[in-house]
Amino acid sequence: MIVANRKPLEEILEMIRPYKKILLLGCNECVTVCAAGGQREVGVLASELRLSRAKDGNEIEIREHTLERQCDHEYIDQIRPFVGDYEIVLSMACGAGVQYVAETCRSKLVVPAVDTTFLGVTMEQGVWSERCQGCGNCILDKTGGICPIARCAKSLLNGPCGGSSGGKCEIDKEVDCGWQLIIDRLQELGQMDRYEEIIPVKDWTTARDGGPRKRMREDLRL
Amino acid sequence: MRLNYPSNVKIVKIPCTGRVDIMMILRAFESGVDGVFVAGCLEGECHFLKGNLRAKKRVQYVKGLLDESGIDGARVEMYNLSAAQGQRFAAVAREMTEKVRLLGPSPVKIGR
Repeated sequence: MIVANRKPLEEILEMIRPYKKILLLGCNECVTVCAAGGQREVGVLASELRLSRAKDGNEIEIREHTLERQCDHEYIDQIRPFVGDYEIVLSMACGAGVQYVAETCRSKLVVPAVDTTFLGVTMEQGVWSERCQGCGNCILDKTGGICPIARCAKSLLNGPCGGSSGGKCEIDKEVDCGWQLIIDRLQELGQMDRYEEIIPVKDWTTARDGGPRKRMREDLRL
Repeated sequence: MRLNYPSNVKIVKIPCTGRVDIMMILRAFESGVDGVFVAGCLEGECHFLKGNLRAKKRVQYVKGLLDESGIDGARVEMYNLSAAQGQRFAAVAREMTEKVRLLGPSPVKIGR
């Protein structure tokens, strides 16, 4: 899932400072699961905004609405009948959602209420961690199912580096060394011979370095 | 017991403080209250095992939200007392009322 983090209230208040009628738009997908921008978070943020603005004697009207997804036209279209009634859209979706709402509702200013952070997993309730950087060329088959791009601070393809100590990374004692995890896993799997194989220089053009990416399946197109 | 406690305290009954939701507390502030205290069972004595401990964390979280909103997180507190401690309930109600009185009225004027 895409993991995001609610922006500090102060930053959000600044974005919507001149406006008195806002549409606060949540998303029922990833940001709901990572408790950053789902229906509940929409309720909490709306309440915080109302309290804060009322405190300053500058009351605000907020419509709380949560879409199934903000990254699909068919759901964004659902706000068309009433989006015009509001001065600004404050979206709690990931960066993709914010942009797609902005592209769809061109006459409205759409601003983000969350910082989109990473592709990750729920480790336990309330704890999420990064697993993938979407590099566009998966090598998990070679590394025991643990990604050196996302889990190694240096994204080394042939690690570990000298900064690995006691299974931890030099950047932070709390961060596991990705390559230690890979070696431990390969040992568990009896695949240490894979560790001997040198992984060649990566072609990063499949990642962000190759510019904005697009995927198409001709058979599915209408 | 015929105990007295400040008449400004309004009680919202819930089956367990584990039922306390962040929004319940925020809505109370939106409706213009000056303070909220959550009265849970003694720690370690929750009939549902962790209800009061969960409430404690949520109260702590709401304190952060209120501070962020400029309302002062000290306006919300969690207390632990058993259903048999009527005296303590009255004492807590007085203590919280006094605390909130010192903080003054809520800066939020809506709903008043």
